[in-house]
Amino acid sequence: MASRLTTSNRAGWTFALPGFSLIALFIILPFFFAFGLSLTNQRLVSPNPTQYVGLDNYRELLDLGVITLEPERDEAGALLRDDDGNLEYPRVREITRSDDYPQYSGMREWFRWHSGDIAKVVVASDVVFMKSVVNTLAFVVVVAPVQAAFALLLALLINQRLRGINLFRTIYFMPVVVSIVVVSLLWRFIYSGNDGLLNNLLGAMTFGAWQPIDWLGNTDTALGSIMAMSIWQAVGFHMVIWLAGLQTISPTLYEVAKIEGASKWQTFRYVTWPGLRNTAVLILIVITMQAFAVFAQIDVMTGGGPLDSTQTLVFQAVERGYGKQDISGGATISVILFLLVLSISLVQRYLTRERR
Amino acid sequence: MAVVTGDSRGLRLAVRYLVLALVGTIFLFPLIFMVMSSFKPTAQLLSDTSSLRAFLPVGDISLDNYFAAFRRAPIGLFVFNSVFITVVTVVASLFLCSLAAFSFVYMNWKGSGLLLSIMLATLIIPFETIAIPLLLFVSRLPWIGLDGLEFGWLNTYRVQIIPWIADALTVFLFVQYFKDLPRELIEAARVEGATWWQIYRRVVMPLAGPVIATAAILKSLKMYNEQYLWPLIVVQDEAHRPIMVGLGYFFQLNVVWGEVMAYLSLITVPVLAFYLILQRAFIASIASTGVKG
Repeated sequence: MASRLTTSNRAGWTFALPGFSLIALFIILPFFFAFGLSLTNQRLVSPNPTQYVGLDNYRELLDLGVITLEPERDEAGALLRDDDGNLEYPRVREITRSDDYPQYSGMREWFRWHSGDIAKVVVASDVVFMKSVVNTLAFVVVVAPVQAAFALLLALLINQRLRGINLFRTIYFMPVVVSIVVVSLLWRFIYSGNDGLLNNLLGAMTFGAWQPIDWLGNTDTALGSIMAMSIWQAVGFHMVIWLAGLQTISPTLYEVAKIEGASKWQTFRYVTWPGLRNTAVLILIVITMQAFAVFAQIDVMTGGGPLDSTQTLVFQAVERGYGKQDISGGATISVILFLLVLSISLVQRYLTRERR
Repeated sequence: MAVVTGDSRGLRLAVRYLVLALVGTIFLFPLIFMVMSSFKPTAQLLSDTSSLRAFLPVGDISLDNYFAAFRRAPIGLFVFNSVFITVVTVVASLFLCSLAAFSFVYMNWKGSGLLLSIMLATLIIPFETIAIPLLLFVSRLPWIGLDGLEFGWLNTYRVQIIPWIADALTVFLFVQYFKDLPRELIEAARVEGATWWQIYRRVVMPLAGPVIATAAILKSLKMYNEQYLWPLIVVQDEAHRPIMVGLGYFFQLNVVWGEVMAYLSLITVPVLAFYLILQRAFIASIASTGVKG
């Protein structure tokens, strides 16, 4: 393919160098920098010299423990109950603050469950971080497949031969060219509890039977509402990519399927879907990466609340690295985030590999 | 019989259009609401949400919200900042990324394959994972300006421009496009004694219209619409603040939703207009990011 005539070392370097050095300086270098910083106590501005602290930053974020609590008994050995008839347990704080259990020092309760009379309490040294991991994973696990599926449905809808179909394609794609910051603010208003558009629309549709919900102010609905809005904004983007994939499938295959008398579902299952394989892998990986990086929605709509129910990893990284000027803490979260993105992409790659 | 099939076909068609239109409504209603609300006094805006009036230009319609928004925040400055940052970054990006791609595809030098692979590998690094270390990095970087040597890039235009110029996606788009151009063109020009620069300038770039449009659209959307996290952490002063961060102005004291909607419409409608005019190019550019090489 390459021709002998075109060998040119010095000129080649000169042409590639400006672009490559910018990428090296502003992407590759900070990327490795993140790993290094996560092993130090670097701050944005500090009079003290930076020190190497080993894996302390990781420990501060990731340390977990399980404490088993026996219910309180009186002197006769009978179980104590509070006014509501619930068993009483020693307070977790007394253990995490006690010198007898140095391994739990500084930890706080994350959640607990009961087995029989015994309570198991999971304590974490950084509960907010743990919540942000769970929320981010939930965001990815829901948004990636749902958004990909909706995008495919829209692409199939738009791929029909109908007059004026381009008008609909134009409309479905519209939110993609609107900034996520603008969209988040707009939806903050739509989701609002009192005069919110969504509650009013649902009220009108159910003839007043709908009970208004403060979508973003409620721990049960806040994250779900942000997921729905994110899908609404970005689904048109992936619709277009699916559409490009659909159009690479040869029309003769569809004709054959028609002649063979295949049903619509069979045509999709045996003609369309196999033809979309590469597109599917790409879309899944791209949405996953975008979902892991969720930040603007959280910053604009909830600020991580209510009760940390919408905390995410990037939001935490920014809050530490920038808000608290704790660069090393923020860098540590960034490294953990990157490792999560990488491992999930690899798993997706593996699961969707070509089987021979 | 024929009449019956004709009817049922008509019905099927009607159902199809109905589905398409319902889905369309889901995508349109927030945007229509935004623009319509921007013309209404806040009290009316709030009370209108309980009926379809929310989507109609009815009642007390005026441009008052726009005037008030301009009084509240230096909108002209924010818009200038965003447009300036976008234009400079996009132009520089098109130039440097196409130059690098040209070198990778045509110039066949030792190590070019490796360098290209390293560059493309950065596609898997989300910006969000390097933002914090990059913040520390740019806060210490030197710069030679009019006042001589200085340190620190915070609160400048350059911190919002230079790190964003080169990116793997843009290089990748140019590489894909250049690979499909007929190589004979380049070889013929070489035989005739043209320099590499001349080939880039006079042979390849004049043929690169479609990929230039694609790369420019993607990069512009990124720079104008998506610049939020980065300026939030590197720009504190008002003088260099872009539009998306400027939104904070409307949430400092009392939130007047009419003004918020006016500002949102003001920064969004021009992009939507661009999109409606150039929609083929917009959609083609997104589609081309999905083409696997």
